[in-house]
Parts: sequence; C-alpha cells; structure tokens
Amino acid sequence: MMIDAILAGSPRIEAHQPWSYAIVDAAVWEQAAGMLAAGDLTLLSLWGEAGRIRMALLRDGEPKVAVLSLDCPDNRYPSVGRLHAPALRLERAAHDLFGLEPAGSPDPRPWLDHGRWANDPALTYAFLPVKGESLHQIPVGPVHAGIIEPGHFRFTCDGETVVRLEQRLGYVHKGIDGLLADAAVPRALRVAGRTSGDSTVAYAYAFCRAVEAALGIAVPPRGAALRGVMAELERIANHLGDFGAVCNDASFSIMLAHCAVLREEVLRCAAACFGHRLMMDRIVVGGVAADLDDAQIARIRMLLGQLRTRLPPLVTLYDETASLQDRTVGSGIVRPELACRFGAGGYVGRASGRDFDARRDLAYAPYDTLRFDVPVRQEGDVNARVWIRLLEIEQSLSIVEQLLKTLPQGLVRESVEEASSEPGEGMAVVEAFRGDLLIWLRASAGRIERCHLRDASWFQWPLLEAAIEGNIVADFPICNKSFNCSYSGHDL
Amino acid sequence: MLKTLLQGLRTPLTERRPPADPALAALAATLDQAARRKLGRSLAIREVDAGSCNGCELEIHALNNAFYDLERYGLRFVASPRHADVLMVTGPVTRNMREALERTWRATPDPKWVVAVGDCAADGHVFADSYAVVGGVAAVVPVDLVIRGCPPTPTQLLRGLLTLMEGNANPR
Repeated sequence: MMIDAILAGSPRIEAHQPWSYAIVDAAVWEQAAGMLAAGDLTLLSLWGEAGRIRMALLRDGEPKVAVLSLDCPDNRYPSVGRLHAPALRLERAAHDLFGLEPAGSPDPRPWLDHGRWANDPALTYAFLPVKGESLHQIPVGPVHAGIIEPGHFRFTCDGETVVRLEQRLGYVHKGIDGLLADAAVPRALRVAGRTSGDSTVAYAYAFCRAVEAALGIAVPPRGAALRGVMAELERIANHLGDFGAVCNDASFSIMLAHCAVLREEVLRCAAACFGHRLMMDRIVVGGVAADLDDAQIARIRMLLGQLRTRLPPLVTLYDETASLQDRTVGSGIVRPELACRFGAGGYVGRASGRDFDARRDLAYAPYDTLRFDVPVRQEGDVNARVWIRLLEIEQSLSIVEQLLKTLPQGLVRESVEEASSEPGEGMAVVEAFRGDLLIWLRASAGRIERCHLRDASWFQWPLLEAAIEGNIVADFPICNKSFNCSYSGHDL
Repeated sequence: MLKTLLQGLRTPLTERRPPADPALAALAATLDQAARRKLGRSLAIREVDAGSCNGCELEIHALNNAFYDLERYGLRFVASPRHADVLMVTGPVTRNMREALERTWRATPDPKWVVAVGDCAADGHVFADSYAVVGGVAAVVPVDLVIRGCPPTPTQLLRGLLTLMEGNANPR
C-alpha cells in the first residue's frame, strides 16, 4: 500500500514546505511503523517537541518525503523502535529532550542524558548483559588515544575476536535543540553551522534551505551555484582526509602525508576564495555571504587541476599495495540488507548497495541542472567505503568545474525580510560528505521556534556495531575510520 | 611507483616558523619558570575534546601536515595523559564530559600546562547559554594559555604553542 493511501484520511498542513505533512492518529502512526518494518518506507528521522512526535519518511523511488505528526497530550506514543530498530536511538533522544515516552519500546534507557544536566549522577547506565564462556570486555573512552571526538565503546571479545560492540554516545551533547528554540535566525544559523564542524557548509546549507522553504525566500542562481561550489569543496577536503586516515590506520602513513597536503591545498583555496578555511558562516539565508571575483575563480580552477594530477598516482598506489589491501578488503562488512533497513546514507550506504544520494534523488539547486554519477558498490567492506570516496572526489571535481563554467551572473544574495514573513515550517535534505542531512524547522517573525537536525551518523553508528562483529579488536580503528561518523553531529 | 611518491614529498613544503604573537608572549611570560625548566624545549601534548564541534580537531590535525610539521619544534601529540606535559582542550566543556576532563587532568603528571583551544574552550562561545555546557575550560581545570579562533588556524595554534614553550619572542 502506498503511503498516500494511508494518509488519505488525515488532515494536511499546507504551511509546510516543500513536502506534504499530515496530522495523524495513533492507528495511522502504527501503520506507518509497520510499513517501515516491512521495508516499504525508509525512516529519515523521528523527533519530538512538547506534546508532539513526528517522523519523516522517504518513499523509495519517489523524490518525496512524507512527514507525520502525532499529538500525544499524555506524552506517550506507540513506539516505532518496537518494530523498526533504526528508530530506537532517536526515540531515546526524544525522551531525554522532551519527555516523550515510546510505549512498548524494547530499550527505554536514556541516551543523550547522562544524569549530569541536573547533577543527578545517581543515574547509572546499564550496558547490555553478556553471557558466555571465556568472554572478556574492553572499555574504551570517552577520551580516546587520538585527536578525535569522545565516546564510549564497550567491546566484548572472545580472544581477539569482537563478539559485540556496544556504543554509548552523548558525551558532547551541547543542547543544540534548546539553543535553537526561540533564537533569532542569524544566531540560530551560527549554532547550526557548528553542529558538526567538518560539515559546517552542509549544515548551513540545509538550515538556510529549510528557512527559505518555510518563509518562501528565493535564492538567486549565482548564489545557489556558489553554495554548490562550497559544498563540493567541503566534500573533497573531507574525503581526502578520510582516505589518508584510513590508510594511516593500516600503518601506511605515506598516504596520510600526501593526502594531508592535498587537503591543506583545498582549505587554503577555501580561505582565499571564501574567507574561511572550513567555509564557516559563508552560506546565509537568501544566498551566500560574498561573491567570487575572476581571480578567485581562477584559483579554484587551479586547485581542480592540481588535484586531477596529484590524486590519481595515490589511487594507483592504494590499489597496488597488497599489504594495504590486505587490511581493507573484507574487513568491517555491512550487509546490503542492513544498510537498506537503516537507510544508511553517504559512503556507508553506497558501499553496501544503497543507491541513494540527496543531490540526485531529492534534487535541489544547483544539482538539479548538473550531470554527475552516484557511485555504488556492493561489497560493504572498508575497501568499498574507500572507493566510494575516491570516486566521489572525481565526481565533485567535475561538479565544481561545471558550476564554474556555467556560473550565472547577478546577485549572490536576495535581501531578506525575515521578520515580516508569515510563519511557516520548512524541511531540507542536503547531501553532506557523510550522507544525507535533514533539517526541519518552524519559523515565525524572524525567529526559529523549533529546529531539528538529523546527521547522517544517526543511522551509521548502529551499523558500525554490526560491521565490527567477528573482526579482530585491532581492526576496529580502521573500520571506525572508514565510517568516520560524527559524534558532535549525533550528540547535538 | 613508490619512488615517484617519495619524490613528491622531497619538494620542500614546510613553511617558515610564524612570528611570535606579542599578546600571547606577555601572557606566557607569567608562566611558572620552575615548570618551564623541568619541561624544557620539548612538549608532549594530549588533546582532549570536551565538547567541540570537531572543527578545532580538524585544524589541530593539520598541524601534523607537511606545511606546519609540528614535530620539528619538539612538539608532539601523545596517546595518554600519563605521557603528557600539556593538555590541549577544545569545546565549551559539556556537562557530560566534565568528569572525563577532570580525570584526564588528574592523570597528567605535574608539572603540566593546560591550553584552551578555540572560542568555545575560552568562554563557551555560541553554546555558552546552554543547560548542557559548563562554559569554558577554566571553569573546570586551571588554564595557562588560551588560543582563540573558531576554529583557530594552524598558524594561530602554532604561534600559541611556540609561545608557551619559549615564554617570549626570543627563544632561550
């Protein structure tokens, strides 16, 4: 049955852009949960606010998102996680932040709330029980050995083999949902752009698109094109960094040395052209903060040329180094059916056969007029995730080239009167380097009333738990790096 | 193939040492001289993310690339606080990370210095008003040096660290 059919009797909210939004009752809510469990729909997100729970669903093969909203005056709603595991952590987060209780959930433990917000250290966390002979546990974190973000990993091992990994996250929870509530749009944009620093362009991009959808603001074509340039430069920089880091975790440090140089070239180009190495705060509501002049455009073209000559030898080196392949091929496999069930985005999903890319499948400007391929592989191992990144760098280089070649003339930013606009709700899905990023918000009189941000990591972290099963402990760093999930983007 | 790659790195990329920051130098001159004598001109740094957005981590990583090449100054990142002379702390210090930061600080042997990196570590920055953050590293452990920026560039980080190590613009 199509989602439209079950939503047919539910009242629609028209002030929600660009996709349909229905207020449903518990029966329809549960029906949708059943469709998720049956694999007819993909869960894009689930989030709460006082007395209300919502979920966003993707209809496979259709360029549309459906949003369901269920009022729960008694703060209870039928658990989606009961039928569909990918919803579990989102439900636990909605409980911690808004007190909404998923009735029937098999996992009622807190998630983001560690009992520290109200100084309640009595709140203890029960890790899943483990039974079996000769098993031992290795607790790791929250402070890790490298220069990385904090989180706790509880490994249960039989000899060297990991039989279970349980993650505990939330250590970098900064209260972003709370900070965004009733914030003026420019301030909210600055906070949203700092949800996950490595994806600052993608966050600002999605946030601005959601505001523009809610308030009916158009972006001039030149502004839209420059957004695309920034988003692709961010993708290239991150993929280069990840490629080097994965190889480094296999002790092949020369690759990291080379990739770090290339990454630095991208960041320096970004600083010269956009005024900030990570391009923070450069995308603004209505367009972009500053235009490029001819010299800057030439600078980006030069960068593309450099990457086109200097990256291919590294790719060949990766492909021809047996000791490196020995570590990446066949390690950390994510089965395609699991990637599909979790709606895993980015290289995690596409390395396991999930052919989805928001730039193509929920197309937005400027990608709706560009030609590019979405690389997909089936093996689902570390090697496949590396290859998706390498192939995507190629595509991004071509995208930036196309954008610069056809760069429209005119303004880069529409002047915006946020304060005078009608209240509205908006949603945007943007393809960040790690996968699809969803932002939903309600804006009114120049302020954000409520905003929800869902990083791609939400659906990738659980798959890392699955991927490491049966691998040796020593392969965890390389598997983890091949995912490179965001802690900050997830912990909010 | 390997030969061509090594060739690629032989072209010197490493840049000259950045000039000292006079504002930082004045601050660093006040640091404990006894500690300075003990720690000498080689510092082991343990990085602690206490709630950063990971932007600061990206730029701290960049210190290791061939352009900045941190290790030529005798500065290196270590895996454990027990090996460290310096804690480099990022983020507004979330309430969920507070205890981990305190324990990392206690695990670092004396004498030690703490460097707060980034605007969040300085005062909480855009997260300062949240129920979930303490709002700056100094509220949790004593801070010897603040390197501001959102995030600070590798050059700013390098200037800060060199000042910390050498106390003033004229290395002794």
